[in-house]
Amino acid sequence: MKINRRRFIFGSVLVGGGALFTYSATRPSRHRRANVDLAQGEERYITSFIKIEPGNEITIYVPHSEMGQGIHTSLSMMAADELDANWEEVNIEQAPAIDLFANGDLVRGFAGEFGVPDFLMGLVGASAFAVAEIGNLQTTGGSSSVRYTGEHGMRVAGAAAREMLIEGAARKWEVPVEELNTKLSYVHHNATGRSFSYGELAAEAALMEPPENPRLKDRSQFNIMGKAISRNDIPAKVDGSAMYGLDAHSDDMLYAAIRMAPVFGTKLVSANTQPAFSVRGVEDVIELEDSVAVVADSYWRAKKALELVETEWEASENDSVSSTDIAARFDRELADSNGSKDKEVGDADAALSSAADYIEASYRVPYLAHAAMEPMNCTVHIKGDTADLWTSTQDALGIKGRVARIAGLKEDNVTFHQTYCGGGFGRRLPFNWNMIDHATLIAKKFNVPVKTIFSREDDMQQDYYRPAVHSNFKAAFDAAGNVTAWHNRFTGPIQTAGSSHIPYSIENQSIRVVDGDTHVPIAAWRSVDHSQQTFFTESFTDEIAHRAGKNPYQFRMEKLQEHPRHRKVLEVAAEAAGYGQFLPEGHALGISVQESFGSIVAEVAEVSMDANNRPVVHKVTCAIDCGWAVNPDTVEAQIESGIIFGLTAAMYGEIRIENGHVANGNFPDYEMVRMATTPEIEVHIVESGEALGGLGEPATPPIAAAVTNAIYILTGQRVRELPISKHNFSRSTPVATV
Amino acid sequence: MATFKVNGVWHTLDIEPDMPLLWAIRDELGMTGTKFGCGIANCGACTVHVNGQAVRSCVTPVSAAEGQEITTIEGLAVAAAGSNSTPSGLSAVQQSWIDHQVPQCGYCQSGMIMAVSSFLASNPNPTDAEIDASITNVCRCGSYPRARKAIRALANA
Repeated sequence: MKINRRRFIFGSVLVGGGALFTYSATRPSRHRRANVDLAQGEERYITSFIKIEPGNEITIYVPHSEMGQGIHTSLSMMAADELDANWEEVNIEQAPAIDLFANGDLVRGFAGEFGVPDFLMGLVGASAFAVAEIGNLQTTGGSSSVRYTGEHGMRVAGAAAREMLIEGAARKWEVPVEELNTKLSYVHHNATGRSFSYGELAAEAALMEPPENPRLKDRSQFNIMGKAISRNDIPAKVDGSAMYGLDAHSDDMLYAAIRMAPVFGTKLVSANTQPAFSVRGVEDVIELEDSVAVVADSYWRAKKALELVETEWEASENDSVSSTDIAARFDRELADSNGSKDKEVGDADAALSSAADYIEASYRVPYLAHAAMEPMNCTVHIKGDTADLWTSTQDALGIKGRVARIAGLKEDNVTFHQTYCGGGFGRRLPFNWNMIDHATLIAKKFNVPVKTIFSREDDMQQDYYRPAVHSNFKAAFDAAGNVTAWHNRFTGPIQTAGSSHIPYSIENQSIRVVDGDTHVPIAAWRSVDHSQQTFFTESFTDEIAHRAGKNPYQFRMEKLQEHPRHRKVLEVAAEAAGYGQFLPEGHALGISVQESFGSIVAEVAEVSMDANNRPVVHKVTCAIDCGWAVNPDTVEAQIESGIIFGLTAAMYGEIRIENGHVANGNFPDYEMVRMATTPEIEVHIVESGEALGGLGEPATPPIAAAVTNAIYILTGQRVRELPISKHNFSRSTPVATV
Repeated sequence: MATFKVNGVWHTLDIEPDMPLLWAIRDELGMTGTKFGCGIANCGACTVHVNGQAVRSCVTPVSAAEGQEITTIEGLAVAAAGSNSTPSGLSAVQQSWIDHQVPQCGYCQSGMIMAVSSFLASNPNPTDAEIDASITNVCRCGSYPRARKAIRALANA
């Protein structure tokens, strides 16, 4: 595969595209629009994702953000395989942010499963969005790109293009299509030994309407999918040439440093801006409704000058709110309210009142920040009635529309410049607009590009956080020690439907949610509600197993009779981890399983306590059933990534609210797993052949409970509150089990 | 005024002596391979070499780099040429990073590669404990297992 860096360079003009290939009734077909609007010279769009040039150069346009998940490569593999393209001659480009490239298949995929995508719901204003409008987004989230855009878009586009090229050859040679075959970007007529390159057929094929139901390959016919193929974005990421939003640069550029109202939702009362002008290079100090920004000829000067600005913020009822207050409020809600129904099966209350025995437990997790490595940033250049825009985003079209609205411009007059995304994890999804809006308002005052940058502290303190959640459980047992009821009350809001539901066969279940709204803004955070809920449910499941006198693995297997895919990943992970076998002295295994985003993941954590009684995670063995693997190497990379992301949260993650604002500042206050604390990770891909599952998120949810379940065996102490770093452990009462 | 050499080219800039090297490189010279991550020398995204030694440029004032030779990620392959380069024109570390498919979002990788390059130059066959102690960069995507493999492959070479 050719690496075409040239076209990904900042400031270059992306020519052409290929929108999502769709069979909607909309006519003319999108690829025809692409040929009219975008094709230059003899280029032709054969379906809207795929461009073929006369020299047989094939370009595949990917309508998703590359933020490390390898999506440009995986989606291109899917289209190229169905097309029977020569992978060595395929270029990969990110589709431009124009509505021709809205990823409607993502929406259709979600619509089929849940209705509106979870990560677009429960957020500011999202309820007003109709599915049709969401279809005009270009979002990357919900672990959705491969399973929806890939399966329903890229593969279909590749297969359709292949059929159109065959049809073109059949017409030229006047032979039936059945006599033709394709290989490595050529159509062959074996009977006569004749061949056409795809490039030779592109002009004619581009005039056809795409077939309604192109035939997709069986897995046995794949030539590209299923192979561990090197990612196209990696070479630029080792030599410094990969461009991110923060790397937008021009010689006349100005830079803005911004101070936002520390207490969420409050406004600026006054600012003494004069001292800022004593700093060299300061152009202006701009007071906005909820912030003040210094604009200078370098970011460092702008930041330095901002420190000289004194600000007064309006008082608010939240000025004294702390994490402790929020926790107390959650506990009150849980005590006072029966909440609203999440899931009810049987009669859990009756089972509890007639139980021979019961256990109860209260769990909680704090707010978390996303802390993507690339701090939030946005560069806007307003030029009269047009504008240029650079920002790392999980939704290019959405951001473009937002900036246009704030700037008072027509959406078509805003040009979004593609860059790589230095981490997303949900922070760069639609509706998390805070600094995008500010950057646009600041840039409106200048006629040169203005780059607004959040410092690491700004990013930590002005995020949209993973919600803090409290979750209370009760379980009932009969006289024989069998669990008869699962009773769960937790604080909302629910952002991901079903994440609190358990796969285990328990006769009576009552799961209800109470109000958990606070003034702290929240959003999707890698795996959304699954990361909190799986810690709760897989920990309490462990508590039930131990109380029932069962080995936690065996207990799960017994209660998963109706879930063979869960059983399989548990079995594979447990066996690979050496469950029930010899372990080094002082080591224990904790196990956890969760289905999320269409994939089922089991994780086994091998943990010991060090000389200071701090837990050390030595190894995580993971088995995932994601249906099948498009690119096994990127599957493994996403599993490693998801586990480490979840482990950081479990071990260290805590955003503290003090006096209404976030007290954490920089990484020392929000520690990360680093090289020294990264366990060995072993990944087993279980290919069930079922529908493709997501990969960006599903490895994150199980890890916290896997680790704390092991800690319980080592210490007898049940961790019911994260992060683990808050707890003091002793090894006085290890649990004799497994 | 500040004068220093970046990737073999001398630059004289009319900037304050306390401007961090990171911002001189990024905003004044327009070289964007070196990244801003935390601004307090904690995450290592901004790592460059000063006379071959890894430093965190976000807290290194240009006055401390006066007259010194600085190598950024863009100049690493050339700086390694001869001693340590590969047929691809990359440094051995960069090539190992590709071979092991280390980067994900990639944002921290310039700093990670610069830190590893300096580390391996002084300790070509490190133990795991030495890797842990020396490579303290933050990677939010969790590329650590692959980075460790890429380092080990070089150590065994």
